[in-house]
Amino acid sequence: MQLELIRWVYRLKTVWAVLLSLLVGAWLIRITGHDPIESYKALFVGAYGEYWGFSATLTKMSPLLLAGLAVALPYRVGLFNVGGEGQIYIGALFSTLFALWLPGLPMWLAIPGTIAVGMLGGALWALIPAILKAYRNLNEVIITLLMNYIAINLVSFAVGGPLRAEGAPYPYSDEVGDSYLLPIMMDGTDAHIGALFGVLAAFVIFVVLKYTSIGFGMNTVGANPHAALYAGLSVRRHIIMSMVIGGALAGLAGTFEVIGLKYRLYHLFSDGYGYDGVVIAFLANANSLAVIIASAFMAGLESGANVMQRAVGVPITVIDAIKGLVVIFVAASLAFSYQRSGLVKMINRRKRLNEALSASALGEDRV
Amino acid sequence: MRQDILSVQSLYKQFGAVRANDDVTIHVERGSIHAILGENGAGKSTLVSMLYGLLEPDAGKIVFDGVEVSIESPRKAMSLGIGMVHQHFMLVEPLTVTENVVLGLPGSWRLNLKQHAARLAALSEEFGFDVDPEATIAGMPIGMQQRVEILKCLYRDADLLILDEPTSVLTPVETASFFEVLRKLRASGKTIILITHKLEEVMALSDRVTVMRLGKVTDEVVTQDTTARHLARLMVGRDVVFKIDESARTAIVAGKPPLLTFRNVRARNDRGYDGLSDMSFEVAPGEILGFAGVDGNGQAELAEVLAGLRPYTAGEIKLDNKDLSDYSVSDRIHTLKIGFVPEDRHRTGLVLDYSVADNMVLRNFYKKPVKGPMGILNRRYISEFAEEHVVKYQVKADGIHQAVRRLSGGNQQKVILAREIEAGPHLLVVSQPCKGLDVGAIEFVQNTLIAERNKGVAIIYISTELEHILAICDRVAVLYKGTISGYVVPGETSNEEIGKLMAGFREADSNAA
Amino acid sequence: MFDAIADYGLITAFLASVIRLSMPLAYAAVGGIFSERAGVFNVGLEGFLIIGAFGAAYGTFHTGSPYMGLLMGLLCGCLLAIPMAIMTVSLGVNQIVAGIAVNLFALGFTAFLSRVAIGPTANTKLLPGFSKIAIPGLSKLPFVGPIFFNQDLLVYLMYVAVPILYYIMFRTAWGLNIRAVGHSPRSSDTAGLSVTRVRYVAIIGGNMFVALGGCYLVLSQVFVFSEDMTAGKGFIAIAAMILGRWSPLGALLAALLFGFFDALQLRLQFSNPDVPYEIFTTLPYVMSILALILFAGRNVAPQAIGRFYSREDY
Repeated sequence: MQLELIRWVYRLKTVWAVLLSLLVGAWLIRITGHDPIESYKALFVGAYGEYWGFSATLTKMSPLLLAGLAVALPYRVGLFNVGGEGQIYIGALFSTLFALWLPGLPMWLAIPGTIAVGMLGGALWALIPAILKAYRNLNEVIITLLMNYIAINLVSFAVGGPLRAEGAPYPYSDEVGDSYLLPIMMDGTDAHIGALFGVLAAFVIFVVLKYTSIGFGMNTVGANPHAALYAGLSVRRHIIMSMVIGGALAGLAGTFEVIGLKYRLYHLFSDGYGYDGVVIAFLANANSLAVIIASAFMAGLESGANVMQRAVGVPITVIDAIKGLVVIFVAASLAFSYQRSGLVKMINRRKRLNEALSASALGEDRV
Repeated sequence: MRQDILSVQSLYKQFGAVRANDDVTIHVERGSIHAILGENGAGKSTLVSMLYGLLEPDAGKIVFDGVEVSIESPRKAMSLGIGMVHQHFMLVEPLTVTENVVLGLPGSWRLNLKQHAARLAALSEEFGFDVDPEATIAGMPIGMQQRVEILKCLYRDADLLILDEPTSVLTPVETASFFEVLRKLRASGKTIILITHKLEEVMALSDRVTVMRLGKVTDEVVTQDTTARHLARLMVGRDVVFKIDESARTAIVAGKPPLLTFRNVRARNDRGYDGLSDMSFEVAPGEILGFAGVDGNGQAELAEVLAGLRPYTAGEIKLDNKDLSDYSVSDRIHTLKIGFVPEDRHRTGLVLDYSVADNMVLRNFYKKPVKGPMGILNRRYISEFAEEHVVKYQVKADGIHQAVRRLSGGNQQKVILAREIEAGPHLLVVSQPCKGLDVGAIEFVQNTLIAERNKGVAIIYISTELEHILAICDRVAVLYKGTISGYVVPGETSNEEIGKLMAGFREADSNAA
Repeated sequence: MFDAIADYGLITAFLASVIRLSMPLAYAAVGGIFSERAGVFNVGLEGFLIIGAFGAAYGTFHTGSPYMGLLMGLLCGCLLAIPMAIMTVSLGVNQIVAGIAVNLFALGFTAFLSRVAIGPTANTKLLPGFSKIAIPGLSKLPFVGPIFFNQDLLVYLMYVAVPILYYIMFRTAWGLNIRAVGHSPRSSDTAGLSVTRVRYVAIIGGNMFVALGGCYLVLSQVFVFSEDMTAGKGFIAIAAMILGRWSPLGALLAALLFGFFDALQLRLQFSNPDVPYEIFTTLPYVMSILALILFAGRNVAPQAIGRFYSREDY
């Protein structure tokens, strides 16, 4: 009984880490001279309890959720996709090109078309590091990281030069045609259906990983690549498959930023969503359903911060600090495991001793 | 009586349920070469790790130079004058010889490489090592790397040198010069403990030999007073551990065409040398062909080549007249119907975090009927399959959804067996199938294999446990350095002769000894 | 354009600016190689740069002395390096995650702290910093004089530091230990080294040096602190480490190369807005990826990098 309780404490370690960071965050808020309770209330109610705040949360959730999935899926196969940022940019670029090149398409073609093209862009961008990893065993972390910067520069070049809108004061592209605009979920707000796609994608991934043979294969490669080879699986194929799908999801995030929110491609439009995706995947322990919750949490922090600043006066940068704390505490918490816990080992030892004692007592009684 | 430089008294070391060292007592005389002889798993590495401070004994005494000591770390061992050359070298490849020797040496922060290099060169001269202090380790021939390792010990004024399976990585030519090196070291007053499983080394080099088996010392003798035959018998053991259902063994039909043929097959091992050097044999359906031998003579490579996990560089392998090289791992499982029970259950044979049920479909989850329409796994089929076979194979588990990690070794092996056998193989390759199993599990495994053989399955049984092989195999090939040194007929060939085949004496020499 | 640059004075001014632009990269790359050589990935360079920048701004703001700022920057670097070392060496947290965590934490925390600890003028009021000091005699040398010897204190520090660090890495026992531990921790453990201690020292010491790059940004370049002022320099530095083959001299040269491209693209933005400057900002990354692909077979990177070392695992 004692052990079961302890096991649950360990299972929830990410939650404790988050709570701890909120606690330290409360102390930080106090330093800025504001009341933490008031501030957190404004933050959380603003993020989830209010119409406008919630719409902002949903809007933010779209790229975060997809970026989180883009990291979570390859992670199941044992890969680290830190290239979400670059895949987002290329996805956005491809979809902008598509939209601007074929402005007259009717909506039922335009939107699926851009989505497909955007996913293709992200997938291609992820394919390069995937091949380098599968065939040359080059560290995918470094390669994807470097490719992020190439992608960002590529987009800057595009919207600074060939795609730049006439007379634009800073680099951005023309607006995409009306038929390309993503439907809005909540009237009068920015909240487009991107987040819904994300939730759908999360469910699909969850189902595939848990119920299909492809998912079983991916989990196996990640859990034990030697056994996977023995089982007749192609480790290479799984590496490439997972990275490509991850890239496609990130590309989708980029696409939605263009056709759902900004309606044009901006220079430096992604504020580190790709990296946030890494954090989210970690919070969720690479479980796609948990990614939904984790991204909702992160999105809420962001949109709630704005409300908090307006309502109570706490500077938004507190949230940056809290996000940083969440990251560090969660990262540290990953090291604590039930299996390696000293407390558990001690309890088990006592249990065995007690069992041995009662057994020998019986034996002695018989003598 | 010469004084002992080292004596180990009643040393115990336990890992979980396994007694790696059980009441081990050894006396090593100063200025001698003392061999510790035994099979894999005999407990030699554990013993030596304790002498070098990598492990701490659970009980017992270590007396060095007349003083009882406790060796908590390699540093302490070195300070006592104990040096060790591991089987897998502890050298840092991009660094030079001097840098490697100097690593970890207490002293100033300034390196003074030139000074050390000069002293090393002198030391190397003295013993005829021919080592260049400026050379980098990467790309150095193995024989020379080994001498660098010995130099490391000598540089730190080691009086007692422990060498763990030193010739396992050497070519025959390098081995000869290695013998010379050892003799020279002994002549200069050093004491050497030589861990080995090779009889010819023991007879050629050592002054005394301690034989270990299953964690215990079986004998300690002066080499001059014993023979290779006697040592082979000690190494190989005589205890029968289990019973086999003798009545179930039906006679093989003679003259059946072979199912599998190997012709002059060569394959590289992980280090790049020949793991299999010239393998030729045949197996007929309904026959169990055993492969005995000391570990490291090609067992792993043979199994992996058959499973498709290792390529072969020469020769021809045919199964049912089909050339094996045309078939991928997956094809071998499903088209050629080769079953494989790997040596390393945890690393290769199972996914420890998966459930019993999931492990049972590990090799066929991507085929019908496990894979249903649209790729969805047929969970009902998997559950039924698992439930049925957990009973049939007597797997003791907390339900089919328990993680396989929690099962005992024997039950884990049963899961693997269930999977491989229920797939209906034509050829079943089992590698060290009874490793780490208790008596009951061993019985089960052996009887299961006999039952399969009676159904007409061809079985290749690779193991270092001679008793197990002799109990159920119809023929036994002895592996030595990647080829077959001879065949043995269970019940007819004596244990000593088998031991000698395993230790490298070829059939022809058996009369001379 | 080319006639304008042909002017001698402009060339030397341009090259002098290359040195200045590469300094933050150089500090980050040169400092970063220590933990990498010891076997621990260091993707947290961005975080150490910003925390050094913040420390420098904080120290200088409150004491008026840039030297105190320098010390403060070093201290902040040290304080941030400790949890990083604990996570990667003792707890076995994935090294990439730890690096990203350090980045995000530092970026967020400094954004918050700068508002609170330095106040609303953090972005605007110029801080006292290090100005250019012309070395007597040397700065009069033709061509090299104005380029190399008319710089500020931190640049001169780099000139002195690189040979010293090179010496440490390749001619002292500490450096030997670091290289051994990074390639083969098990052999090092058997030789009696404490893998843990060597890694801790490499991570903390190396990253303190990285933090100096952040100090440079504030005290020698812009004289203020602003959020995210590092703008990805920490990531370019990773590329410089790779291109520089994990050697102090190589990292410096790679940083100079990247600084060259940076200076070039800045110049081009003004003089020739038609030429896409992004070619030059992208070049460092492309070059590094090519370097990785080409050098892959030769195993230059420390072999044990990325893996948590624990004696029981062997």
